[in-house]
Amino acid sequence: MNKLGELAKRIGQLLLVLFLVTLFVAFLMRLLPADTVDIMLPGQPEEFKAIIRHELGLDKGFFGYYFQWLNSFVHGDFGSFYFAGGSETVASHLGNALPKSLLLMLYSQIVALAVSIPLGLSSAYRAGSKFDRAVSGTLFTFSSIPSFAIGLILALVVGVKLGWVEPLGYVPMSEGLAEHFKHMVLPVASLSFGLVAAYTRLLRSDVIATLKEDYVTMAASKGLSDRRILWRHVFRPSSITLMTSAALNMGGLIGGAVVIENIFSIQGVGFEIIYALGTRQYVALQSLIALVAVGYVLFNVIVDIASGFIDPRTRERRGLR
Amino acid sequence: MNDSSTEISKKSDAERLQIRKERIALLRRNKAFTIGITVLGFWTLCAIFGKYVTPFKSDEQNFEFVSISPNGTYWFGTDANGQDVFSRVIVGSRLILVMSFAATILGTLAGTSLGLITGYFKGWFDIIVMRLLEAISSIPAIIIALLAVAAIDGQSPTITVFIIAFVFTPNIARTVRAAVLAEAEFEYVAAAKLRTERTPHILFKEILPNVMPPIIVEFTVRLGYAIFAIATLSFLGAGVEYGSPNWGTQISENWAQIFNNQWWPTAFPAIAIATLAVSVNLISDGLLEVFEI
Repeated sequence: MNKLGELAKRIGQLLLVLFLVTLFVAFLMRLLPADTVDIMLPGQPEEFKAIIRHELGLDKGFFGYYFQWLNSFVHGDFGSFYFAGGSETVASHLGNALPKSLLLMLYSQIVALAVSIPLGLSSAYRAGSKFDRAVSGTLFTFSSIPSFAIGLILALVVGVKLGWVEPLGYVPMSEGLAEHFKHMVLPVASLSFGLVAAYTRLLRSDVIATLKEDYVTMAASKGLSDRRILWRHVFRPSSITLMTSAALNMGGLIGGAVVIENIFSIQGVGFEIIYALGTRQYVALQSLIALVAVGYVLFNVIVDIASGFIDPRTRERRGLR
Repeated sequence: MNDSSTEISKKSDAERLQIRKERIALLRRNKAFTIGITVLGFWTLCAIFGKYVTPFKSDEQNFEFVSISPNGTYWFGTDANGQDVFSRVIVGSRLILVMSFAATILGTLAGTSLGLITGYFKGWFDIIVMRLLEAISSIPAIIIALLAVAAIDGQSPTITVFIIAFVFTPNIARTVRAAVLAEAEFEYVAAAKLRTERTPHILFKEILPNVMPPIIVEFTVRLGYAIFAIATLSFLGAGVEYGSPNWGTQISENWAQIFNNQWWPTAFPAIAIATLAVSVNLISDGLLEVFEI
């Protein structure tokens, strides 16, 4: 398929996803036994509730409400959290939450790649050795433990028993880099474990396959050092597969971040989602979920197109799966 | 029908039996698989008989012995409600095992049916279904589950099972569809069509047995994810009744205590989840090796 067609297909898919996801959320809201506004604003005067109901379009039937919300959403109005005293816009909450979540995920990806690349390369180079088996076994165990359990164990051992780092809360970079990173160590570590396992395994099998290629034998016969062959000739083609996989793992990472943010009280997007769920702020929830879905799909489209440009083989390989 | 076709099917049945025998023998010798099955078997026994053998009742509260560290009487200590952690860990295996198996079986049934139909018929039905499934799987699974669990009914295990099955369906459908697409090219399918066999017969009697290996592997992989999902949901306080003996719930009720250095009510259920998840992954690894996919 040509690139323009691919792009059009992906954008169409993006729109369909957005539509279905938000329709699903709106539908779930309607399944609730009680009225949405009654749940969001318990104990408020009826007149006030009526105003809110009208404002949200809840008096216009299911599709009336849905399309009003969709229209606001695409125009950048994500609705509000409602309280007894008034309301706060979702956008203002996001302004605080999004940077925290993005940093958390960015750090986790960087740490995961930084650990798994040398690990994957060296265990592939010594495939079948004791070292290789030890790495595989350890990673296998870690990838089998849910990230919240890893987070709690780390919080207990490193945060409480050893007291090396701060287990709770978030400190912005502006209040000191050292403090910022001290608070990020545990959440980032908890999120990275699963990723390291996935990336190392992928890179290992990819590199083992590449090492059998003729051009590697050729490079070795020219007398190039093993190190040079590994990094320059073997790692390069594998790196694209790794990047694609890193992008595909974003979905899992977002899900993991929801849990980790709640354990380590980082008020990121995941924290906001759980908060909206717990306080039954369905309008805000609908917008937040839609934003996560859009962000995720958009990110994948970009990576897909980028990796397709860099190495057409990736696209073919992924198409085959 | 005619002799030659029955002869072919008989021969293939014998071959199939032979392959199955060889695979079982290989599995028995596979270390990963054996360890996995043993651990899973242990938790299954706990789930069935745990209630009758624990030293204390899982919901028995003894306020004289609150937050006691592990000792001879309370092997895993007691939690802040004076409940025996060991008994709760043993009994807690029941809910997570029943729920994860139920969700995975449902998801596999739905996904396999969809995969068989879309892979066999192709055409517009295939296109529409695959787009819909892509849409579902483009949202992080845990978020769909949380959303649905919270919106419909906060603490119903039955609904949680259906939701996890729903979230898993796309992945299984995709795996099965890919296998069916390859399988439908073979001559035995064309032969069955020529014999004017009915479509359900071709799908379930001819194609399905040949795509079983990827389905079985996918089932064990999904089972691992189901354990993750249920543990995570119950940790977040959704999906199961609060206070029930269940590993995720136990962790969610007690984890704040680890900052007071009371690690035992959290650590033991966490280890239990880990061993269960590892055992299921070992099984799927073993199967993968034997099936050589």
